[in-house]
Amino acid sequence: MHRRNFLKLLGITGGVAAASGTGIHKASAASAASVKRNPDAVGVLHDSTLCIGCRRCEEACAVVNNRPGPEKPYDNRAVLDTKRRPSVDSYTVVNKYPGQGARPVFRKTQCNHCQEPACASACFVKAFTKTPEGPVVYDPSLCVGCRYCMIACPFTIPSYDYDKVLNPLVHKCTLCAPRLAEGKQPGCVEVCPTGALLFGKREELLDIARKRIADAPGKYVKHIYGEKEVGGTNWLYLSPVPHEELGQPVLDATSVPELTSGALGSVPMIAGLWPVLLTGAWAITRRKEKVSEEERESAVSAALAKASAANAEELRKALEKAAKDKENALAKAEKDKEAAVAAALAEAKAACEAAADNAGGTDAAGQEQAADAANAGTKDGGES
Amino acid sequence: MRGLIRKLKTLPIPTLREAVDFGRDTLLSIPRTPGNYLTAAILLLGGLVTILRFTIGIGGVTNLDDANPWGIWIAFDLLCGVALAAGGYTTSAACYLFGLKRYHGAVRPAILTAFLGYAFVVIALHFDVGQPWRLVYPIFLSQGTTSVLFEVGLCVFIYLCVLFTEWTPAAFEWLDGRFAWFDGFINWRKIRNFVVRLTIPLTILGVILSTMHQSSLGALFLTSPGKLHPLWYSSFLPVFFFVSSMFAGLSMVIFEGGLAHAGLHDKMDQAHLDSSHEVAFGFAKAASFIMAGYFCMRIFDLAMSNNWAYLATGYGILYLVELFGFVIFPCFLFAMGSREKKLWLVRFGAVMAILGIVLNRFIVCLIAFNWQLPSDERYFPSIMEVIVSVFIVTCIVTAYRLICHFLPILHEHPDYKDAH
Ligand code: SF4
Ligand code: SF4
Ligand code: SF4
Repeated sequence: MHRRNFLKLLGITGGVAAASGTGIHKASAASAASVKRNPDAVGVLHDSTLCIGCRRCEEACAVVNNRPGPEKPYDNRAVLDTKRRPSVDSYTVVNKYPGQGARPVFRKTQCNHCQEPACASACFVKAFTKTPEGPVVYDPSLCVGCRYCMIACPFTIPSYDYDKVLNPLVHKCTLCAPRLAEGKQPGCVEVCPTGALLFGKREELLDIARKRIADAPGKYVKHIYGEKEVGGTNWLYLSPVPHEELGQPVLDATSVPELTSGALGSVPMIAGLWPVLLTGAWAITRRKEKVSEEERESAVSAALAKASAANAEELRKALEKAAKDKENALAKAEKDKEAAVAAALAEAKAACEAAADNAGGTDAAGQEQAADAANAGTKDGGES
Repeated sequence: MRGLIRKLKTLPIPTLREAVDFGRDTLLSIPRTPGNYLTAAILLLGGLVTILRFTIGIGGVTNLDDANPWGIWIAFDLLCGVALAAGGYTTSAACYLFGLKRYHGAVRPAILTAFLGYAFVVIALHFDVGQPWRLVYPIFLSQGTTSVLFEVGLCVFIYLCVLFTEWTPAAFEWLDGRFAWFDGFINWRKIRNFVVRLTIPLTILGVILSTMHQSSLGALFLTSPGKLHPLWYSSFLPVFFFVSSMFAGLSMVIFEGGLAHAGLHDKMDQAHLDSSHEVAFGFAKAASFIMAGYFCMRIFDLAMSNNWAYLATGYGILYLVELFGFVIFPCFLFAMGSREKKLWLVRFGAVMAILGIVLNRFIVCLIAFNWQLPSDERYFPSIMEVIVSVFIVTCIVTAYRLICHFLPILHEHPDYKDAH
């Protein structure tokens, strides 16, 4: 009975939590679409039809961010033959992809500065912040090093200082937020010799990208990567080949914060529902216990009453017997009148004492029996 | 207060010599069994790797990299650790809230295991995170309320406090009358009785916190539909993690019951021995129901997301092995064992169910995570990571044995019969 209740309750709550989770999920998904975004937020457009894979941006990035940069020199183009990813030492890398025909396609990789960043929503100390200006910035003084941001980032961008012992940190492109504050362009954009990188307001960059696609039919695939992906990113990409051929993951428009908001939304549900249900279950249990307790108690008191009745009966008998003995003794003393009065009295007294002792002994035995009876009663009650 | 100071002054302060002697005698009094030698070896090895971890950094001892930021210290120590410590909330809820009083003997050991489990989860996290001295930041300094991990952290922190409180009556009973110089100013019995009176609210709080963080551990992976294989990625991940934690906890109680029987039999009283078989059968039956439900939910999810095609791949085989070999099979063992009253069947089922939980958490966190990466970019744990995980488990077992040796866990305290 109890167990069935238990399971039933669990089943109900599980269902409710799941239902509410999806409900809230939908609600927040709707609200996320209407999030107010700063129309002046900046970004960068990378046009891979213009990129020549010179790696000058990598070099500039290392310089402006005080990074050591790679072991092989930047003009070593053999590096491009292996796939690389951003790391603690280089916040951006350019990779070569086959493309179509003879000309390979180059694509630059770095943090995309998502409009609804996964890293920021995943960080449990708010070390990442999406600034209204566009960059997603990192506060190294808060980071605990749990690396959940790295799990959550759909582009697997952040990298970690695994070899540092005392102050390991997460590293990623900053969109050159410190330079932007000084009114400068990002280091990589400034140095790009072909104009493959274009810095500007995200809205304007989108217009430019659309125009480029419209103006040169066949040159680009009709997709601006970053316009919609995971809620939109501030880095945008144009490509002559499908973006997945440039190692860019296929992602839909749902942002990562939306994916987890359903689960987080069920927290108040659990916190509100469980205490009520559990207290209810406990109250039912307690009520049942109380009923059986009462039954047990009445059984005990009946047993006790019986025991004390038996007790009284035996006591009475013992007293009667003592009184009789005394009478007998007195009668005997009377009969032996010729004997010494003192001796007769002494004998009578002795008889009295013996009688009293006797009575006491019987009394104790009676009580013992009564206790046994009471115990038996308790046991009966407990089992019933 | 003055009484306290006076008492403290009369305390005999041991000399260094005495302390060393005491330590040596204690160590020498440990029985020299192969098991204890093994324990000593693991603790020593673990200690060495611990020193390495905190001198050469995470990079030196693990195989983690930028694409694989979480390894077995998260998959095993955190995810499996928390799931398998669920025996605490399931047992105390069954006993106190749902009136299954006959499981009373199982509550204390389950609470102790849960407390130790969570305590060592937190200790293991100190190895994994880069700056463990900042682990209190999310709670006290900067709350990332949008983060699932924040919810996990907060719930685990509060729950650890709850479990500790639930466990203290055993300690108070042990302390009562043991140290004469306490007696004048601390009434252990009174404190103990106060804590015991909190049992019901603490149990309710425990269930709420467990529901939240057990499910949130699954929700951690909701962020990564692109990285987690579609057979395991599901918006129901939080529900799956929560439901599976229930039978994980029940199976652990059954499993530990068997282990403790073998190792700590002399510490058990008749009440504990009597109830433990009944606990095993009762829990097995409950677990078989929950597992059957869990199985249906998983299949339902597979159908909903129309992932049938993946079943024909290698991951599909893994999925089927997990679901049939480690969910339905132990479910069947539990059902059979509890009906036929066969203890070995039930214990076998518990082992399979526990392995299934470990397998599931490893799949979600490691095996099916980053499944699209080429194999040379995938993660495989280093030997030192494995040593740390084994070390943590050994620490838990050793602490459990020590505590059961001294405190009234597997038996009732003679002065507090029927009282907890
Ligand atoms: S690309 Fe990754 S690291 Fe950059 S803002 Fe987006 S989620 Fe964060
Ligand atoms: S590693 Fe640092 S920045 Fe990333 S989620 Fe953890 S605390 Fe936040
Ligand atoms: S924006 Fe700045 S940090 Fe980012 S890749 Fe360019 S130079 Fe590097």
